[in-house]
Amino acid sequence: MIETDIIIIGAGPCGLFTVFEAGLLKLRCHLIDALPQAGGQLTEIYPKKPIYDIPGFPEVLAGELVENLMNQAAPFKPGFTLGERAESFEKTEDGKFIVTTSRGTKHIAPVVAIAGGLGCFEPRKPPISNIGQFEDKGIEYIVRDPEFYRGKRVVISGGGDSALDWSIFLAEGVAEHVTLIHRSTSFRGHLDSVQKVMDMAASGKMTLITNGEVVGVDGNEHVSEVHVAITGQENHQVIATDHWLPLFGLSPKLGPLAEWGLNIDKNSIEVNTFDYSTNVEGLYAIGDINTYQGKLKLILCGFHEATLMVQSAFKRIYPNKNYVLKYTTVNGVNGFE
Amino acid sequence: MVLMDLNNMEENTVLITVVDREGVGHALEAPTDMGMNMMELCKSYELPVEGTCGGMAMCASCHMYIISDHDLGIRNDDEEAMLDQAFFVKENSRLGCQLHIAPNFNGLKVQLAEVGG
Repeated sequence: MIETDIIIIGAGPCGLFTVFEAGLLKLRCHLIDALPQAGGQLTEIYPKKPIYDIPGFPEVLAGELVENLMNQAAPFKPGFTLGERAESFEKTEDGKFIVTTSRGTKHIAPVVAIAGGLGCFEPRKPPISNIGQFEDKGIEYIVRDPEFYRGKRVVISGGGDSALDWSIFLAEGVAEHVTLIHRSTSFRGHLDSVQKVMDMAASGKMTLITNGEVVGVDGNEHVSEVHVAITGQENHQVIATDHWLPLFGLSPKLGPLAEWGLNIDKNSIEVNTFDYSTNVEGLYAIGDINTYQGKLKLILCGFHEATLMVQSAFKRIYPNKNYVLKYTTVNGVNGFE
Repeated sequence: MVLMDLNNMEENTVLITVVDREGVGHALEAPTDMGMNMMELCKSYELPVEGTCGGMAMCASCHMYIISDHDLGIRNDDEEAMLDQAFFVKENSRLGCQLHIAPNFNGLKVQLAEVGG
């Protein structure tokens, strides 16, 4: 069991800055994030985009901002549980929270701060009615272990880097055969990957179908064929396969948090602007995931919310201690040993 | 269908119809002088458009079809790349966030695409 003062769900900019503000109050933090790295959407969606509305930074790349926030948080030695989604919480008799992740990792703390941004990133699933029936029975949205596909027939859908890279990797002596299906004729992956796929298709090392889309999947218990609609062809092409990997990137979903008994309005958690507390005592929501009258989904607003939230967290953890605001200009930043 | 008095419209305003996913048309007055895009217009009228990525052509939650015969130019590279990853894509698919409302949008009619994935 991982023990800390504040469990932060979401390691995006708001969650990372919480570590710093909590650290100034001598509170320790542990972050949980479904993605394998910190930074949230800044790292996952737009690391190379410039941001212009961070006070004091006329322009900063999203990836750089995350790096700076990590450096700023570092003296307070935050813990991380990455690549695991916060699934559920329970309250102990003494009012603490136990948060359990998708892999069963347990964390305990008197305060939980949800800084979940847009929610957790989950694979985009093609709109095929029986797709759920074959998940993990031949349909996988993420390649966890390429060896799993050794000697198998694999169909991959998508036109981005992950579809291209896995097609190349699996077609080079791992899978028995790879068929890559893409909706258009242009790919948005790296040029050299695109060229490699073209070359491998030309030499028969893989099959490439462009202007095609998997529109159906069939099998007994396990996937045995996919049905492909090809622009300009009346009949669907049926391809016998052992696996279908739809690799269409990730999109954010509120996910399990929707079942946590919190007051939700339009996919956002309602909070009291006094301290960004939710309807569950000891559980706070900050940043893009919360909503209140006048809410703006801006990183700088999330920073402000994090700062006020930790004051309330401090009072909950130490009800008998008085706190006086201390300025970093006076006291500096005294990290944890 | 909400009707609007075309004679009583403010300057720098165009009239755009957005058909929602239930097939209901909404006639919206849209300013041409506020740098607004179609995603933002829909959100400002509280139509069910998420605009998750904020308008960077990175989520396709503002995917819509152009159903009037307006020429709004061609898709840009970012938009094309995102639509490659989206579902229910048709010839007339566009991302609302990449459509910046201009005087030639007057009378435009769009339909919100289904939310996939």
